[in-house]
Amino acid sequence: MTLASRNGRRDSLVLEGRVVAPAQGIDECLRVTVADGVIAAIEPAPASELVVAPAFVDPHVHLRTPGREDEETLRSGTEAAAAGGYCAILAMPNTDPVVDSASVLRGLVSLAREEAVVPTGFMVAISKGQAGDELTEMVELAGAGAAAFTDDGRPVASAALLRHALRYSGPTGLPLALHCEEPSLSRGGHAHEGAVSAELGLGPYPSAAESVMVERDLALAALEERRVHLMHVSAAESVAAIDRALAAGVPATAEVTPHHLVLTDGAVRSLDANVKMNPPLRAERDREALRDALRRGVISCIATDHAPHARHEKEVPFEEAPFGVTGLETAFASLYTHLVLPGELELETLLERMSVGPARAFGLPEPRIEVGARANVAVLDLRAEWEVTADGFRSRSANSWLLGKQLTGRVVQTVADGRVVHG
Amino acid sequence: MPEPRRHLLSIADLGRADVERLLESARSFAGRTESSLLRGRSVFNVFHESSTRTLASFELAAKRLSAETTSLRAAGSSADKGESLKDTILTLSAYDPDVIVVRHPSVGAAELVASWTRAHVVNAGDGKHEHPTQALLDLYAIESALARLDGVHVAIVGDVLHSRVARSLVRALGLVGAEVTLVGPPTLLPPGIEALGCAVSTDMDAIADADVVYVLRLQRERMDDAFVPSLREYAAVWGITPERLLPGQLVMHPGPMNRGVEIDARVADSDAALVVDQVRAGLVVRMAVLADLVAGPTQTKAAVALAEPVEVA
Repeated sequence: MTLASRNGRRDSLVLEGRVVAPAQGIDECLRVTVADGVIAAIEPAPASELVVAPAFVDPHVHLRTPGREDEETLRSGTEAAAAGGYCAILAMPNTDPVVDSASVLRGLVSLAREEAVVPTGFMVAISKGQAGDELTEMVELAGAGAAAFTDDGRPVASAALLRHALRYSGPTGLPLALHCEEPSLSRGGHAHEGAVSAELGLGPYPSAAESVMVERDLALAALEERRVHLMHVSAAESVAAIDRALAAGVPATAEVTPHHLVLTDGAVRSLDANVKMNPPLRAERDREALRDALRRGVISCIATDHAPHARHEKEVPFEEAPFGVTGLETAFASLYTHLVLPGELELETLLERMSVGPARAFGLPEPRIEVGARANVAVLDLRAEWEVTADGFRSRSANSWLLGKQLTGRVVQTVADGRVVHG
Repeated sequence: MPEPRRHLLSIADLGRADVERLLESARSFAGRTESSLLRGRSVFNVFHESSTRTLASFELAAKRLSAETTSLRAAGSSADKGESLKDTILTLSAYDPDVIVVRHPSVGAAELVASWTRAHVVNAGDGKHEHPTQALLDLYAIESALARLDGVHVAIVGDVLHSRVARSLVRALGLVGAEVTLVGPPTLLPPGIEALGCAVSTDMDAIADADVVYVLRLQRERMDDAFVPSLREYAAVWGITPERLLPGQLVMHPGPMNRGVEIDARVADSDAALVVDQVRAGLVVRMAVLADLVAGPTQTKAAVALAEPVEVA
C-alpha cells in the first residue's frame, strides 16, 4: 500500500507539553526534539498546558477527486486534515470516475505526490464502477498501491459478490472496508426509523438496514477467514453483532464517526441538511452503545466520513439533499467537547481511537512518540474555545453539522511525516 | 401585544388560542360576501405537486378577500428547466408578494421557503410532513357537525405512514382536546407515531368508540412496495363500509377518494359523510388564514363585522 504526499523538506523543531501517547503508556510533560523530521531526543520538561499526542489517522475521507474538485481537491482535503491534526488519511474511491482501475489509482497517487500535504492512501472499489456486478482487478490494484477495497457510498448488495471478493483478494492481504446497508430496507429512507421520522414524515431508515448487513458481512468474513472493517457503525444492534463476532474470533475492526457519537435523531427535527448523513443519526440507546463500544475497544477507530458537498446541493429540502457532512477539521474538538469534557470518555481513549486504532486496522505505520521515529505529532490546546464558522474551513466545503457551534479544544500544530503541515 | 404570526408552516407552531381564533374567524367568513380586506395585496400559490381542492380554494379565498392572486405549478414553470426552489422563491419575492402559499413534495420545504422570503408563507403540504390548513378545515367541519371539539374521539384509518394530513390532524386534534386513535395495517403505521399523542391500533374494532371516522386515501401503488397485498384485501379488512359504522358516526375523507378501496361508495354518498362540508370549509378556513397573516387578527375581526352577507341563491 502506498501513502503519498508532496515530497519536500523535513523539519526540525522542539515540541514541549504533556505528552499523551496511550499506546506507549506515556503521560508526562516532555520536550520532544525533532531533527530533520525524526524524533531525535525526548527529555523531561516543566508542566505545560499543551498536549502533545501521536497525530491522528482518518480511515474514511471523501476527497471528491477526480470529478468533483469544486467540492474538494487533494490539496484542500489534506490541508483540512492537517488542520484537524491528521498525519495520514485514507480516501474513498466513489469518485467520478470510480477508482476501480490501476490507471486511475496511479493517477491519484501521482497527483497526491504533487498536492497532498498529509500522506494519503487510496482505497479502491470492490466492484467495477461500484455497480456490484463484477470484481475489480484486485491483484493489479493491490500492486499499484491500493490501501484497501471498498464500495463505500453503497453496499455490496450481492452476498455472492462479497464472498468472491473476500476469497479472491485473500492473497493481497488487504482488508475489505464495508458500508453495511441492506438496500431494500433503507430504500426511500432519510432518517432513523423512530418517533422523529414518524412525526416529521421522513422516509424511515431502520437500524436493521445496517445490522442485518453487519451480520451477513461478519458471517462471510468468518467463513472466508478474511479481515473486514465495518464502516460508520451507527446502530446498537450492529454493536451487538460485532461483539459476538469478535468473541468468536472473527478478524473484524469497526469505526464510528464523531456525529454518531455526539448527535441523535433528535437533531433532525431542525431539518437542517447538515445533519443528513448515511447511516442516519440514531436514537440515544444507539449513541450509548457506540460510546460504550468505543470505550471497550470493540470499535477501535474514529473515522470522520468527511463528505464535502457544494453549498447549493445542501440548500434544498432535507429529502432532496445528499447524505454526508464534513468532519476533518472538527473531529477532535467535537469529541473533546461533547465526550471528554462531560466525562463520558477518557482523553487517552479518544486519542488512541483517533490514531493508533485506525492505523492498526489498516496496517499503516503507527504514529509513535519515541526516539528514532518519524515525527507524526498533533499539538492540542485543550483550553482553546472557538466557534465553527463557514469561512473558517480549509476544506472547500462547509457542510458541517457544527456550523455556528462553540467548541473547546483545538489542534494548534500538526507534524505529519516529519513536516510541519499546520500551525 | 404578541407579534403577529408570520407564517403558517406547521400545526406544531400553533397554540390552542390560535386555532380557536382561526376557526372563529372562518366561521365569520361563512355566508359573507367578498371582503376588501386584502385589496392591493398579492398572494402567490407555488405548487410543486398536483392539487385540485387546495389550490382552487386558496385562489378563491384570496379573490374573495380582494387580493391579487397568481398560481404557478412546477410543470410549465422554470422548475421544469432545473431552477432550484430557492431561486424560484427569490425571483417571486422580487415582486413583493404578501403571501406565498407553497406545496412541495419534500418535508420542510415551506420552512425553507420562509427563510428565503419576506412574504408570509403558508404551507399547503410539504411531503409527508404537514398540511396545516387541511387540519384546520377538518376541525371546522367537525365542530360544525358536532358543535364541539373538546372530548371528540376521532379514529384516523388507513395509510398513516404516507399521510401529511394525518400528521397535521393528530396535532390539531390534540390542541383542541380531542382524542385520536390511529387505525390501519401495521405496515402503514410508522413505529414511534404515538409520540404525537395518540393511540395506535391495528384492530378495526377500535373505530367503534369514535365519533368521527376519518378515512385516509390509499395510494394505489402501495402494493408495489408490499405495504399491502392487494386492494381487494385492503378493502375487505380496512375499508369503511356501512356495516362497519355505528349509527351516528360521522365519516370524513380529505380527498381524492378511492371509492371501493378505503371507502365504500355507499358510505361516501351517505348523510354520515362530511366530505363536501370539508371542501366547503376549506374556502372559509383559507380566507381566515390569509386574513390573519396579512391583516392581523384584530383587523380581520373588525372587517368581517362590516362585510355584507352573501346572497344565497
